[in-house]
Amino acid sequence: MAVDEGLRSELQKQGVYVTTWDQLVNWGRSNSIWPLQFGLACCAIEMISTAASRYDIARFGSEIFRASPRQADLMIVAGTVTKKMTPQVVRLYNQMADPKYVISMGACATSGGPFHTGYNVLKGIDRYIPVDVYIPGCPPTPQALLEGLMKLQERIKSRGFGAAMADRQGEYPVPAFGETGLKPKYNPEVWQPPTQHPFDYQRVPQPKPAAPGTPA
Amino acid sequence: MAQTYAQQYLFIGLLTLVAVFLAAFPLILSRFVHPKKPGPTKQAAYECGLESRGDSWTQFRVQYYVYALLFVVFDVEVLFIFPWAVTWREFGVVALWEMALFVGILGVALAYAWAKGLLEWE
Repeated sequence: MAVDEGLRSELQKQGVYVTTWDQLVNWGRSNSIWPLQFGLACCAIEMISTAASRYDIARFGSEIFRASPRQADLMIVAGTVTKKMTPQVVRLYNQMADPKYVISMGACATSGGPFHTGYNVLKGIDRYIPVDVYIPGCPPTPQALLEGLMKLQERIKSRGFGAAMADRQGEYPVPAFGETGLKPKYNPEVWQPPTQHPFDYQRVPQPKPAAPGTPA
Repeated sequence: MAQTYAQQYLFIGLLTLVAVFLAAFPLILSRFVHPKKPGPTKQAAYECGLESRGDSWTQFRVQYYVYALLFVVFDVEVLFIFPWAVTWREFGVVALWEMALFVGILGVALAYAWAKGLLEWE
């Protein structure tokens, strides 16, 4: 796919620059990721700070926060996703133009965070929509969000243009908010419940240390 | 200066051509490269993530139209009185009478609307 790195560096010494269509287009695409302008909770404050002059997300070409999903490439899920808000988030994701990417910003959007046991909190937006980059933190610092954005840029650059354009057809089902929470509980296409509870680490069978004296 | 009057418009024409090209080129280019993935949610009206409810063909009272028209009467009046007020001393008495005529015509319009009972909100 790409040009051989050694050959490219050799040619560059002679003043010849070679590239491929994928590299050229992905260079443009990864440096003009327009985020959707919406924040859900306190992570949004850090997102605003990232967009402001001190951290200056414009260095990465992502300063244009669009107020309409039609013009946005990136959804930064910044904050706690309540169950009542989930249908709106999924619908906004569906309304974004393809190809689209999702950053799950902070512990809440990733797993429910400190509100994990809350009756009204969704335990991770990845139960309904595919997430490209998870950012840890509560809230993540602006530097962490920029790091996440750079990871997303790497991800965009790592795939061919044609492959990215030919991604999944169709929309993700929008859950309905009812008296008993969300229906369905998750989208099995993007998320499956873990077969083992994450806190049950003690039950994970550990390899037994070899007894002293026995041959390996 | 051998430039004719028409030649001066040449640059405006060039500017127009470049402007149209710069606006149209990305739109035409994106038509060829963008992925086409329509869907029922994507093509629905954008209302901040919420589903649209009801009909957008709602009816308004016709009286709003009359009020807007009467507002324009006073709005335009003020628009002309302000520049007039800056320079009326230099123009003298003639300007005073001209403005009185102008305000008088608009006053007739207001009196007509009043007589027709349009200032009453029912």
